[in-house]
Amino acid sequence: MSARERWTLLLAVMLFVSGAAWGVRSTYVLSALTFVALNAIAALGLSLVMGFAGQVSLGQAAFYAIGAYASGILTATHGWNCWAALAMAVVAGAAAALLIGLPIFRLSGLLLAMASLGFGIIVYYVLVNWSGVTGGPSGLTGIPPLAIGGFRFDTDARVFLLAWTVLLFLLGLAGNLVDSRVGRALRAIHGSESAAQAAGIDATRYKLGVFALAGGMTALAGGLYAHYLTFINPSPFGFGYSVELVVMVVLGGVASLWGAVLGAAAVVLLVEALRAALPLVASSRGAAEYEIVVFGLALMAFMIFLPGGLVSLRGERWPPARAER
Amino acid sequence: MVRMSPLLEVLGLGKDFGGLAAVRGVDFAVAPGQIKALIGPNGAGKTTIFNLIAGALAPTRGRVLFEGTPLPVLRPHAVAARGIARTFQLVRLFGEMTVLENVLVGCHRHGRAGWGACALRTRAARDEDARLRLRARAVLALLDLEGRAEMPAAALPYGEQRLVEVGRALAMEPKLLLLDEPGAGLDRGEQAHLAAIVRQIRDGGTTILLVDHHMDFVLDLSDEVLVLSYGEKLAEGRPAEVRSDPAVVAAYLGEEAA
Repeated sequence: MSARERWTLLLAVMLFVSGAAWGVRSTYVLSALTFVALNAIAALGLSLVMGFAGQVSLGQAAFYAIGAYASGILTATHGWNCWAALAMAVVAGAAAALLIGLPIFRLSGLLLAMASLGFGIIVYYVLVNWSGVTGGPSGLTGIPPLAIGGFRFDTDARVFLLAWTVLLFLLGLAGNLVDSRVGRALRAIHGSESAAQAAGIDATRYKLGVFALAGGMTALAGGLYAHYLTFINPSPFGFGYSVELVVMVVLGGVASLWGAVLGAAAVVLLVEALRAALPLVASSRGAAEYEIVVFGLALMAFMIFLPGGLVSLRGERWPPARAER
Repeated sequence: MVRMSPLLEVLGLGKDFGGLAAVRGVDFAVAPGQIKALIGPNGAGKTTIFNLIAGALAPTRGRVLFEGTPLPVLRPHAVAARGIARTFQLVRLFGEMTVLENVLVGCHRHGRAGWGACALRTRAARDEDARLRLRARAVLALLDLEGRAEMPAAALPYGEQRLVEVGRALAMEPKLLLLDEPGAGLDRGEQAHLAAIVRQIRDGGTTILLVDHHMDFVLDLSDEVLVLSYGEKLAEGRPAEVRSDPAVVAAYLGEEAA
């Protein structure tokens, strides 16, 4: 896909999304679709890490939480302007990623999985126990919705439109990036790190860069989440959510940007379907545990039968074997 | 003739792997504009010396000077930034990227565009990309690979993959090109084609250091040859001198004839 085709496609999706924001009256559907977009933003970041740096992060929920809490605390507790707080949330997410990435990418192997897992757990317990700042287990309330002048993003339709606009914009930027000097360097590192280094590419720096980018993107999604719900507590940001993000990326297809969106949509659908179906066969208290089992099975099935993820059903490969403009 | 100061100087270079000394105090120099070859039987330490120069391994003893100053150790990308390009014994291409993109990766160090400019496709980034593409296409033309530009590199036959790797190195416009067994896996015709290209690169002003064990290929191509045996220098000189050196004949040529 050339850059023009890519942006045309994004524009087409945007028109469709705008139509949906006007036409869809069900707040349930709009809110589910909003979560698809927020999850997709986080999954997009993780798919860049998995696709480019070739490593799995099992702690992405921590960056989501950092974004949500940074933006939430700065606005609700300190009265910051919401956009300044959101920007600061992105910076905090990227900075945290740099901090834990710095020792990790100098080494290699499975270390990121381990270190990010530990990081995720630490962040979760900080959120629970640092009650003075985070509100502890009972959470943080009074987060204002985002607003431009007098226009407040306080309805499901408005946040839905905002979240999808951000997602599509990021997809466009990520597509540009893949097909550029920096993107080629990243793909080269993925193809053969030693050969990329021999061509003068500082692999450590690029991997760190992509991890920080993912950290920032995930924090942005977290910030949008906080301003959407206006209330946050630690429970959605545990290890389970990190696993969900990995499932989204694998389900959608690691080697694809749109795969992150498909994967996010599939997981949100699956969760909603399970919530509806499980109480029929099991006690409602057990539903959460069954979710994990179903995710595990879905992950295994995809690894075996569709390793390229949902995107590969279209027979499209990434990096795209692109034609010359 | 005035003797030019060497481009590359290897001084008392040694490398131990555990208790095994793979390279034992080797000295040599590469003059600018020449094709120099390191030859020797398998296990003589040729590729180890390459990896020491390229920064993929750290020397146990000795050092390597490039243009009179020491090369960075264990930072291959920094060695590349000094103007040293290399190929690998077993071709290492970016298989899922196109041939053109592989060569474009070689152009990386001639570009500036960062994350922001690339993501936003700024005018500067697009102009730079267009310039790099022209450069990469010129390299493909030199290697007769223009027709392959848009193919995934992994889809090419081995001989052409090797040329793509040479192309990627050339796109870096290096001062020194390290070729690790360029003739390996190629038939006679492909070897001759490659030898012609290597000469052309030398005539374009790039100094070349190569490792190989195809005697004919190497002696034919090189201006100077260094023979290694068990990590030590056995002989050094013009191909004709080396060919008739009794120590070399005994240690290497004799062995091959046997």
